[in-house]
Amino acid sequence: MSLAEGVRRGNVRATAKLITLIENHPESAVEDLRALHPHTGNAHIVGITGSPGVGKSTLTDALAKRWRKDGARVGIIAVDPNSPFSGGALLGDRVRMQELATDPGVFIRSMGARGRLGGLARATHNAIRVLDAGGKDVILVETVGVGQSELDIVQTADTVVVGLVPGMGDDIQSIKAGILEVADVFVINKADRPDARRLMMELQTMLDLDPEKGSAWQPPIERTVATTGEGVDMLMAAIRHHWEHLTRSGELEQRRRDRYEAELQAVVEDYWRTRFFEYWQREGHWEQMVEQLLRKETDPFSAARRLLTPFLDSESRRVGL
Amino acid sequence: MAEQPIRVLIAKPGLDGHDRGAKVLARALRDAGMEVIYTGLRQTPEQIAATATQEDVHVVGLSCLSGAHLELFPRVVQLLREHGAGDILVLGGGTIPSEDISVLKEHGVAEVFTPGASTQEVVEFVKRSVNL
Repeated sequence: MSLAEGVRRGNVRATAKLITLIENHPESAVEDLRALHPHTGNAHIVGITGSPGVGKSTLTDALAKRWRKDGARVGIIAVDPNSPFSGGALLGDRVRMQELATDPGVFIRSMGARGRLGGLARATHNAIRVLDAGGKDVILVETVGVGQSELDIVQTADTVVVGLVPGMGDDIQSIKAGILEVADVFVINKADRPDARRLMMELQTMLDLDPEKGSAWQPPIERTVATTGEGVDMLMAAIRHHWEHLTRSGELEQRRRDRYEAELQAVVEDYWRTRFFEYWQREGHWEQMVEQLLRKETDPFSAARRLLTPFLDSESRRVGL
Repeated sequence: MAEQPIRVLIAKPGLDGHDRGAKVLARALRDAGMEVIYTGLRQTPEQIAATATQEDVHVVGLSCLSGAHLELFPRVVQLLREHGAGDILVLGGGTIPSEDISVLKEHGVAEVFTPGASTQEVVEFVKRSVNL
């Protein structure tokens, strides 16, 4: 039985093994991913992002439990940074998700970002594909606590939830950093803290000033105390409401079209880059070309052309590549 | 080719609330380049086995200071086998009397580290045992 078949049958071991393969040897996972692709597109992919300390793991745990109450099958991918020095990582998000561990309707995977910036790992996207094809109804993707550059999640999730907390001192700072455009739903967690009202008002003011105000979807601001579960019902309702908006307005298809376009571009680039560098490193001309550049015997543009020549057949020369 | 980090689950089964040793070890394994999943205190064997399977770890490190290791460690090994994940290496640590060590090994625990063992010994053992 292939890993893909195991995934389709809901086999936990096969699902976990395929995600490992995607992380370590993505080129060897292509056959399985190909087989799974037609079975994807049913899950609602929800990104949970925000600065360190806003309670992303606790929110993810609370949302997963809430969805389970309705019988939905839930996948969770929690991404943490790796140390740039040792390459190792301490993946601690499961500390807040202990009760979900033995629920057969939940699959949780901790993932090291492995040097990738932007809040997700390289493997996250295809791991989502695996969980989606495995029949998960909702996939919660918890990003690295990056705070200011949650770019990856926009390209990955259908609904992006941005978490904030009162009294962190960086409230206005993070609002400046472009999260207005990123968020589909805001959540002020730890809302029992004294400054919650003020943060809510500041955020509302920023949203009112947003030039996109008046567009079809206005990101709501929810308030939660995720440790007690307070406000989680409302948060989930807001996320579901956004999903309804996406499907009804046709925006879901547009988002997914954009996502596939970006993915296709990335796969093509990756394919060429790998082949190109393998070839020239094998041939040994790479260093030589750099040497020539240094001595001004050639320029980067001519050098690039010469290096590319073996990859262009007569047909591609005809169309001017 | 991408490098392949060793993945380790550090888990605390049982009811004792002392996780300082587990945390120190988790950090040492991380500093040795491994991806370490830490799950917190008071885990049941069922939670540990399910977590190890989902996370597809190479090694599970169990720390127990409550004296219930003879119950808990073999149970984790057994559950992993039931999950089809019997190839995951199970290590034990904590206040474990020497006469219990052979019993644990008979039940599939690969190695037992007692107080006084250095984190470096554990790191070396894991690296040696996991052939990537």
